[in-house]
Amino acid sequence: MDFTYTETQDMIRDTLSRFLADTYDFDTRQKFINSDAGRDPAIWTALAQELGMLGAAFAEEHGGLGGGALENAIVMEELGKVLGIEPYLPTVVIAGGALKAVGGAQAEKFIPEIIAGNVIVAFAYAEPQGRYDLANLRTTAKKDGAGYVLNGHKGVVYAAPWATHLLVTARTGGGQRDADGVSLFLIDANLPGIVRRDYPTVDGSRASEIYFENVTIPADALLGGEGAALPLIEQIVDEATVAVCAEATGVMQKLHDGTLEYTQQRKQFGVPIAKFQVLQHRMVDMFMEVEQARSMTIMGTLKLGLPANERKAAVSAAKNKVARGAKFVGQNAIQTHGGIGITQELAIGHYFKRATMIESQFGNADYHLDRFEQITLAE
Amino acid sequence: MDMEFSPEDIAFQTEVREFIAENYPAELRGKQDEGEELSKEDFLAWHKVLYKKGWVAPAWPVEYGGTGWTPTQRFIWSEETARADCIRLMPFGLAMVGPVIYTFGTPEQKAYFLPRILSGEDWWCQGYSEPGSGSDLASLRTTAVPDGDDYIVNGQKTWTTMAQYADWGFFLVRTDKEAKQQEGISFLLIDMKSPGITVRPIITLGGEHEVNEVWLEDVRVPQSQRVYEENKGWTCAKFLLAHERTGIAGVAASKRGVEKVKSIARTELDGDKPLLQNPFFKRKIAELEVDLTALEFTELRSLAGANAGKGPGPESSLLKIKGSEIQQRLTELTLEAVGHYGAPYFRGFGEGDNEHPIGPDYAHRAAPTYFNMRKTTIYGGSNEIQRNIIAKMVLGL
Repeated sequence: MDFTYTETQDMIRDTLSRFLADTYDFDTRQKFINSDAGRDPAIWTALAQELGMLGAAFAEEHGGLGGGALENAIVMEELGKVLGIEPYLPTVVIAGGALKAVGGAQAEKFIPEIIAGNVIVAFAYAEPQGRYDLANLRTTAKKDGAGYVLNGHKGVVYAAPWATHLLVTARTGGGQRDADGVSLFLIDANLPGIVRRDYPTVDGSRASEIYFENVTIPADALLGGEGAALPLIEQIVDEATVAVCAEATGVMQKLHDGTLEYTQQRKQFGVPIAKFQVLQHRMVDMFMEVEQARSMTIMGTLKLGLPANERKAAVSAAKNKVARGAKFVGQNAIQTHGGIGITQELAIGHYFKRATMIESQFGNADYHLDRFEQITLAE
Repeated sequence: MDMEFSPEDIAFQTEVREFIAENYPAELRGKQDEGEELSKEDFLAWHKVLYKKGWVAPAWPVEYGGTGWTPTQRFIWSEETARADCIRLMPFGLAMVGPVIYTFGTPEQKAYFLPRILSGEDWWCQGYSEPGSGSDLASLRTTAVPDGDDYIVNGQKTWTTMAQYADWGFFLVRTDKEAKQQEGISFLLIDMKSPGITVRPIITLGGEHEVNEVWLEDVRVPQSQRVYEENKGWTCAKFLLAHERTGIAGVAASKRGVEKVKSIARTELDGDKPLLQNPFFKRKIAELEVDLTALEFTELRSLAGANAGKGPGPESSLLKIKGSEIQQRLTELTLEAVGHYGAPYFRGFGEGDNEHPIGPDYAHRAAPTYFNMRKTTIYGGSNEIQRNIIAKMVLGL
């Protein structure tokens, strides 16, 4: 049992944090998220080609640094600290995770392209009727000759406007909520019949509603077994869930830091408001939530390799705690700032917005507590 | 970073498990199962078994009788003792005054007191709080005035746990009334059989006699029983508080507590189903388990910090706050689980009628324990004081 980071991991964190301090200050970020493209593509290229950061979590045989989930967590936490909108989560954590799991020719084809920064993947899994149930799918992929024909509607696909590829969940069989019959496809984002409606998200990113209208996809787009991909999808979503817990830790840390700083500057009744014990204790409660979010992220990350039920219980415990903590820290950061906290002017409100979206990403606190107790309290 | 146990760790775990199974005192186990109150002898029975094995003070440096275990082995130890529902040893000697003596004491003090703490020969109590000095501990007014080679001590201490059994007490006393509050305090070791000491019981909400008032009237204490320099007792006190706070998280014991509550809630019926299937009750258990996991991993991270030479720092206040809240929630859920049978009060009318027991055994101590455990957010520096400590020491406010 060991709870320290390796030198390489410390180095990854330091390098990334220095790079982001230079490229991702709040005003710069506001400029590019409000631009037409909604991002600065040079940052992604630099992350890949100058820093080698997109390879941190991939095996050396694919050109990576030999890391895994801990490296993903480090990158996500640092991105959280700057409200990074870089598509690391869908591209490296989710698509990368799926490719690592299936291995073979697909992994050999795509992983080096991801590491090089040439491929951006968006994860098209959610559907309007499905809430957080990964198997609740109306999107269908019907066998057609050597390939499939895809039809359906995917909702709120983060990073889709920037994506070169889409990772899509679809039914190749079974009823709308059956565990069997779920398949996973990695497809070109610009195939004929893919219709996108792009929009900004409240937390500064971009997303799309995606409509598949008789989209013909090749057979080798299938990742994993046909109709048997649900366990793989659950696994990569669990990996993504702890990755957003790591991002949340960074976001919460900054919400707390910002609040500490502000209360020492803001004077009322002739003294900095940080002198008031009622606010000090509030900030201690926020501090404890940040620390526990960090602990739960580590716990969840370290347990990703366990058998499915243990992994699910651990990930759900982490996400439940982090979601509750993110709400508490976010809301109290705004409350402590007072009026200025609810303006667009300060960074604090933007951290609050991202924290709020993370709360429900891949399932909110209630969803995860329910999943946790269905495993741990099954009678 | 990983959570794997090495083959040596697994061998150690097996050794610990077998040792407990073979050596845990049967009589003590029986009393625990019946929910009976434990006596001094009960506590000492397990203490002596561990002393004989050399495992009574895992946290101490090896040169003073510690085990030299790695943090992982200590983690295994606390997991295994909790899993087997072993009682926790009294902390006053082993976890409190012992570390103060080996850190600040003279060679003579170390040579005399440390072996007696390890063997259990001396039972210790803590003379800190006073009627007028609770959270504001540094305002204490018990005085020690030099007289030749001795001090003459006068004053009153309170909330002195298990003082009715104590051979020795460690006391904070004022040796300089003119200095700033924290700078006029000394740390004295006092023989509880000294003339002038009176111990009076305080009965707490569950009917227990755990705590006492201790009156000191012209008590003569040799100056050689002062630990560290005169007027530097606050340094020892702060050191001790940080030590006290780490153990206070009680993660392993609370894990065991969760299992006990679950087992009660499997037995208790709610309609035609076990209470554990009531969605409201179940949800509270699940949330408690999540919070306990967060505490556990926060403690593990803090141990890694201690391992890296940082020592238990002010962040141990976090462990105290969250640990005590969880201990209280456990007793709350237990009381909730037993329903009507939280009400019968078993103290003071002797043994029950074995043929017609009143309610299930597990219900007997539910309410008294719930009442009693309100202490956890008050003692060892109230949770509000812990927040002040974090605000000052960690947040820099």
